[in-house]
Amino acid sequence: MNIKKNIKTLIIKKPLKLDCGQIINDYPLAYETYGSLNENKDNAILVFHALTGDQFVTGLNPITKKDGWWSYAVGQNKSIDTNKYFVICANVIGGCMGSFGPSHINQKTGQIYGTDFPVITINDIVNAQVNLLDHFGIKKLFSVIGGSMGGMQVLQFVSNFPDKTKTAVPIACTSSHSAQNIAFNELGRQAITADHNWIEGKYSSKNTVPDKGLAVARMAAHITYLSKKGLQEKFGRKLQERDDLKFGFDADFQIESYLRYQGSMFVDRFDANSYLYITRAMDYFDLVKQFDGNLSNAFKNTKAKFFIISFTSDWLYPTQENKDIVIALNAIGANVGFVEIESDKGHDSFLLDVPDFLKTLKNFLDRSYIE
Amino acid sequence: MKSEYKIIANIITENTRVLDVGCDDGSLMEFLKKEKKVDIRGIEISKEKVQTCISKGLTVIEGDAEFDLKQFPDKSFDYVVLGQTLQAFINPELVIKELLRVGNKAIVTIPNFGHWKVRLNLLVQGTMPVTQTLPNKWYNTPNIHMCTIKDFFKFSKTINFKIFKSLALTNKNVSTINSSNLIFKNLFSELGIFLIEK
Repeated sequence: MNIKKNIKTLIIKKPLKLDCGQIINDYPLAYETYGSLNENKDNAILVFHALTGDQFVTGLNPITKKDGWWSYAVGQNKSIDTNKYFVICANVIGGCMGSFGPSHINQKTGQIYGTDFPVITINDIVNAQVNLLDHFGIKKLFSVIGGSMGGMQVLQFVSNFPDKTKTAVPIACTSSHSAQNIAFNELGRQAITADHNWIEGKYSSKNTVPDKGLAVARMAAHITYLSKKGLQEKFGRKLQERDDLKFGFDADFQIESYLRYQGSMFVDRFDANSYLYITRAMDYFDLVKQFDGNLSNAFKNTKAKFFIISFTSDWLYPTQENKDIVIALNAIGANVGFVEIESDKGHDSFLLDVPDFLKTLKNFLDRSYIE
Repeated sequence: MKSEYKIIANIITENTRVLDVGCDDGSLMEFLKKEKKVDIRGIEISKEKVQTCISKGLTVIEGDAEFDLKQFPDKSFDYVVLGQTLQAFINPELVIKELLRVGNKAIVTIPNFGHWKVRLNLLVQGTMPVTQTLPNKWYNTPNIHMCTIKDFFKFSKTINFKIFKSLALTNKNVSTINSSNLIFKNLFSELGIFLIEK
């Protein structure tokens, strides 16, 4: 497949000093836009994607030939209405959909970066993306929105650029990755690096991929995105195309078959090294520590209007962690609304058809836009 | 109840910071925003009602006043409003103290359990009163700590807060309550509205 043909790329000339100390410049940032920028340039929304997302938010993803990851929420007349708003989304640096990442060639060595790629952080990811505003001549965004790792980028963005957005909507996220979050990510990374095809990250040069390890990483992560109740209702102990147990290790249960399918689909579209780098960026995310233990200080210079949304069955980024952000904002008298949406769909609720969520997000944006 | 809103609006100074505790569907918030140009926030326990408030463009957080007021710093609002919900809390004493910590002043309204209809209802029927303002049965009422206007005055002495203004509402008529007419007002008012301070 010719990836490049369908990817818009901006070459960022301005040097970026990464948290690890390295400086990068002339690096590509792949992005996509939806809707159109109005004359006043005040209708732009920067959407941040989650761990395995990309810039193709809605409509047909030209690379995977599937619906964009946030097709339920973004589009004409949808929550993030592209008739009204100009939606921009960039592939995160470290990613594998065109932005500067570990699968790129290191000019110094002529080899693929692999694990020579610098370790990046959420801060670096956000600092790279702010260049898009200059590119489009946008002084102030109408909103920054994202769920999960996208929500972390929202928080970091507002903290770094307090007057560059009118509203901010962090969804199902946290201000600091918990031990449990890190543990699950480590499980995924171990699965990848334990695959003998990983070859210290140099698999591309050997024309192979650590697909088994990456699939296991995806399977484990996928479980964390769903709720126990949701899984039980969808799969229970239902058997996969058989009348009885087979006393073997094939996929007897539908849930096994489902996870295997999820794993196999994922390896076709995602790069194993990118998975290592992006999960690392999430683990390093700790806005509380960055502001010496007082999260409120991260937001003390902003007048942005926040709306924080969590989901009842999300145990990966539970309501309390979202509420901690609300508390930090209220402590400094910031403008913050918050609601926990009832849903059995777990952490993935923000990506799915959850009418209360979609309606509330739309109402918040449409009302805030006319204010 | 629009008359109640008007009375509350009359107490509040323009362009101040207000927190509406138990803001319901946000109708009082909308009213105060429009009439008094206040910077207003709300806290509401019902998810559905929070969503309604958001759809009206109001800044509301989902939360329980008994646990979630503590996130607001001391004196972070000029007024904290608690409309007809004091009686629904497990610990009204704690809630009042929190209101007065978070706000410079608090406006508390209470449905008056001392109203003659309530008293007559209990006297004649011998069952827990059910009236227009208090429509629930004893087993399904959210009002677990009903009080009278007189009780609220006593309460102010016990837990030590000052009542600056006390108004009575009966059939859309507003009147002032004072020590000389308290017995009378406690019998004929449907609602008591109090401006209090620590």
